[in-house]
Amino acid sequence: MSAGVLKLSRDDRPILIAALFIVVILIAGTGYTLSRFGSAPLLSPNYLLQQLQIGAFLGIVAAGAMIVILISQIDLSVPWTLAAAAMMATSVGGGWAIPVGLAVGIGVGIINGLGVAYLRVPSMIFTLGVNAVMRGLMVANTGGFAPQTSATDLMRTLASAHWFGIPAALYVWIGVSLLVAIMLQRTLLGRYIYAIGNKEAAAYLAGVNTRAVTVVCFAISGLMAGLAGVLLAGYSQKAYQGMGDAYLLPAIAAVVIGGTNILGGRGRYLGTLVGVILIVLLNSVLSIMAMPEAGRQVIYGGVIILMLLVYGRGERVTS
Amino acid sequence: MSDLALRARQNVAFLTAVGLFLVVYLIYHMSHPKGFSSAVLVQNADEVFTLAMVAVAQTVPVLAAGLDLSVGALMTMVGCCASYLLTGTTASMALEIAGYSLPLGSLPAGVPGLVIGMVICLAIGALGGLINGLVVVYGRIQPIIATLATGAIYIGIALFLRPQPGGKIDEDLNWALTNSLGDFASTVHIFSDGAAPWFAPFAGIPTPFVLLALILLIVWVPFRRTVTGRTVYAIGSAEGAAYMSGLNVNRARIAAFTLGGFFAGCGGLFLAIQTSSGNADIPQAGAYTLNSIASVVIGGTSLLGGAGGALGSVFGAMMLRVISFFFRIFDIAPLLQPLFEGVILLAAVSVGSLRVLRVKNTLELFR
Amino acid sequence: MPTSPPGDFLRLEQISKRYGGVRALEGVDFACQRGSIHAVLGENGAGKSTLIKIISGVVRPDTGALTLEGVARDFRSPSAATAAGIVCIFQELSLMPDLSVSDNISISAPPRRLGLIDARAQRRRAEALLAEIGCEDVNPLARVRDLPLSRRQMVEIAKSIGHKPRLLILDEATSALTSADVEKVYKLLARLKAEGVSILYISHRMHEVEALADRASVFRNGRHIETFDMGARTTPQIVQLMIGRDIATQYPPKPPARPREPALRVADLNWETSLADISLSVGAGEIVGLGGLDGQGQKMLLLALFGVLKSVSGQIEVNGRPVRMRSPADAKSPDIRIALVPEDRKTEGLMLAMSIADNLTIASLGDFASGPFIDRAKERSAIEGGIERLRVKIGAAQDAVSTLSGGNQQKVVIAKWLMTNPRVILLNDPTRGIDVGTKQELYRLMRELADQGAAILFYSTDYDELIGCCDRVAIMYDGRIVRELSGADITETNIVASSLNIAQGAHV
Repeated sequence: MSAGVLKLSRDDRPILIAALFIVVILIAGTGYTLSRFGSAPLLSPNYLLQQLQIGAFLGIVAAGAMIVILISQIDLSVPWTLAAAAMMATSVGGGWAIPVGLAVGIGVGIINGLGVAYLRVPSMIFTLGVNAVMRGLMVANTGGFAPQTSATDLMRTLASAHWFGIPAALYVWIGVSLLVAIMLQRTLLGRYIYAIGNKEAAAYLAGVNTRAVTVVCFAISGLMAGLAGVLLAGYSQKAYQGMGDAYLLPAIAAVVIGGTNILGGRGRYLGTLVGVILIVLLNSVLSIMAMPEAGRQVIYGGVIILMLLVYGRGERVTS
Repeated sequence: MSDLALRARQNVAFLTAVGLFLVVYLIYHMSHPKGFSSAVLVQNADEVFTLAMVAVAQTVPVLAAGLDLSVGALMTMVGCCASYLLTGTTASMALEIAGYSLPLGSLPAGVPGLVIGMVICLAIGALGGLINGLVVVYGRIQPIIATLATGAIYIGIALFLRPQPGGKIDEDLNWALTNSLGDFASTVHIFSDGAAPWFAPFAGIPTPFVLLALILLIVWVPFRRTVTGRTVYAIGSAEGAAYMSGLNVNRARIAAFTLGGFFAGCGGLFLAIQTSSGNADIPQAGAYTLNSIASVVIGGTSLLGGAGGALGSVFGAMMLRVISFFFRIFDIAPLLQPLFEGVILLAAVSVGSLRVLRVKNTLELFR
Repeated sequence: MPTSPPGDFLRLEQISKRYGGVRALEGVDFACQRGSIHAVLGENGAGKSTLIKIISGVVRPDTGALTLEGVARDFRSPSAATAAGIVCIFQELSLMPDLSVSDNISISAPPRRLGLIDARAQRRRAEALLAEIGCEDVNPLARVRDLPLSRRQMVEIAKSIGHKPRLLILDEATSALTSADVEKVYKLLARLKAEGVSILYISHRMHEVEALADRASVFRNGRHIETFDMGARTTPQIVQLMIGRDIATQYPPKPPARPREPALRVADLNWETSLADISLSVGAGEIVGLGGLDGQGQKMLLLALFGVLKSVSGQIEVNGRPVRMRSPADAKSPDIRIALVPEDRKTEGLMLAMSIADNLTIASLGDFASGPFIDRAKERSAIEGGIERLRVKIGAAQDAVSTLSGGNQQKVVIAKWLMTNPRVILLNDPTRGIDVGTKQELYRLMRELADQGAAILFYSTDYDELIGCCDRVAIMYDGRIVRELSGADITETNIVASSLNIAQGAHV
């Protein structure tokens, strides 16, 4: 029994702390709005749904980032994979728009995976290089201007429509989350991912095809970036340069705040979900407070360090 | 084997970077419409200096096997500080916090004020680096994620200082540091205002190059020869063996980040002087961070730590920059420039990794 | 206990040390003198390395006293022992591979000028020390990474000489050396001895001990057995002392020898410089031991048979069919079915932070799959079966495997592979660091598996185990199989003699 409690605290503690912190953010934000405007928008379902709709793009990117981090790698090519997928999708247009966007994402991911798994270039630098190449390709392709093409109707619907009062993007995010969570917990691939992140040599000697798993993980990360790009283009009606820049670091932060070890092998998808919600709500409270960008960045960095210090302390106590 | 040949073999990656750079740069000059001239050199040096400094800043923590994702942010923050401190006029400093004004004293006008201002800027850079090191060592947070967070804080402070690009840098300072040595001499009134006959051969050398060399010579070269500096290399090479040999691993790691912060401060200071303003540009900070990592790798420093050095990173940075010079003069397809940069970076790192094909015991790949 | 003259440099009295339930040293008295080379002999696990660790301050004894020149000392760290003049050359290199030879030699206290490391003085120091050990040809500017293993070990020796030792401990320091370098070390030791340094010399190579040592102490099962002047005992007598007569361990009975279908057959296997012309066969139901000194190619042979090594030449047949393996995934595939219990269970055998359950099924996960999903009910019952079969003592299958004792961790590694139902089982020193009770369980299990038809290739550093468990034993030396023993020929004397490659000279 005590072992069960220990187990719970080891993996779920960060998630619990992060969830508590979300409550704190909501209370503090509501306190602020009540005293300042006499209203409590943070507690209105519509407002929350709207925030989550925006959060869906980050959430999808974070899901991919988490899978790569779990095998103790990192994918820095997200910004321009996302932008490239969006640009290709809008420029192809029609029924093929979304498949093309997703294919671009998977393709970039596979290239990343091959470089990391077979050449064993550190993923930090290889994906950085791929990011630069994608940026170069897109600049060359669009002539350096924002693409003139616009998102297809389906893309707009997926990103902005509401079904049964709930934003469609949220359905996509929920779908992705379910798939990733099931993949990590219930499938062979998921088990292999954790094994590789824990000790690649041991996984290899247990007969796990570590290279193939690595390539698949990067492909998933690319696919997620592509999906986010397609949705984001739908949301803003078009693709534009630099549309992915704001997603890389927050996604990594969300994964880490959710308790996933940046060195891989440990972490639950629920944590990433909580981490994304935390960052999204933190952002919305700060914008309600009309916090200037400066304060946001400081608070943002402070929260990451604070959370990790709190988690780290817990770890030392239990071990 | 002679010592020279041995050293050459140990530094193949570095020498390749230098050689490649020299070839490319020579071609650039030969095809430059105006030919080889001091003006072109000065322009190139101005464009290279900041990235070179940030690349050096990145090198030190990387040698100790820790990445610093905050170098760009730290550079930006120091630049914003400089746009307040280096105006050259008597300005009383005050910190505005939530409507309250907190007086911080004032800097004198003229040269003493400028020197004090620059020292403060560099100290701020070093302080930022020190904080990084403390968080990593005592907070036991992975460098990559710790500096991601501190980087956000530094960028926040920069934005707080300069919500919009602005501020002012003393014009003489700008003129003196971003041109040739002759201009420097005439601005600060030395060597008969730069007209001394013996000085003539040196007058055309760009000041930023001299600054870069001086900083490396005065700070980096001695540091490398301290016990702490060598411990930085030892940590990256084999942390366990370093610890067993009785080296102070924690102190060296903190020193590495602090020194990185100082170099990033040098970069930020120069950028502010060069552009005569402070600009809390987030994308620019990010680009500098990523380019610093690329420069380090191109310059022959292993991301796993232990091998390489600051000079290599300087050449790595120059290599990255010279590619963009090319696109300017050839004027064929400037749109292809980012693509070429990316392909060259990718090719450089992939070629370096081809040695894995020679590894015969697969288990060795995992170590 | 030998009476020691007052001129002893170092004295240990009644030293005991336990690791968990394992007794490493028990009531050991030991002394060594100035200006003398003192050999410490014993089988693997006799307690030699614990003895050295205590003397050099790496571990502290549970009980007992250590006196240095008549003064009681208690070293709390290796650097405290170094400061007292006790310098140890360990087998594991303590060098930084990316730094130069001269940097490494002066790493902890480099010569300085104006606060900065004086590269020239440091280089001169390195040159002087290298010359002292006859390695003038090593360039002090060379990176340690670029040196061959033998030269690296010499650099390590130069580094230790730089500490001005009064007691120098060499723990198998010559095992990585070429014969030319061994000669140089001999000369060095002779000179140090003349200067009054005491030297503790640990080696498995009997001819080295005979050539060098003035005195020798034999250890067995954590106890000090005897100390004598060299020449007072013959080599066979020394071997006899090392082996002892008490066989504490019980082994399951061996079946009578009979011809068997070879399940694994290897012919003319070569790999780099580590394996040369290996030919070997292991029959179904047979346990074949791999013996010999550490590092003679045994580990590489097992890795080669598991698809880990690239460009292996020669033929491998499993159940009469030639097979080609490019990865462990190939090796465990249904038509080959080879399993390997690797050398280091903490880094190669287990994902320590993951649960016992996850570790148990990682190699056989495909069997519990329905499509891409894991059939949890099937997996759970397999886990229960595995835990029960090996009697792994656990709290809950969901606990991290790192919470288990060493013996139980090793059981998990073995249970993991049994789930793949292997035809051929490769064991790389599976009982190292495991208590006697668990060892016996493992021996029984091995025999059980063999009786069920598995072919087992078993590398062990413990000769006693090889004798007790194996139907045949192949002894390796320098990448070759130098001798195959079977039946009544599997004796400690024969194994020790072939391992030391001293041919037939050492019959008792």
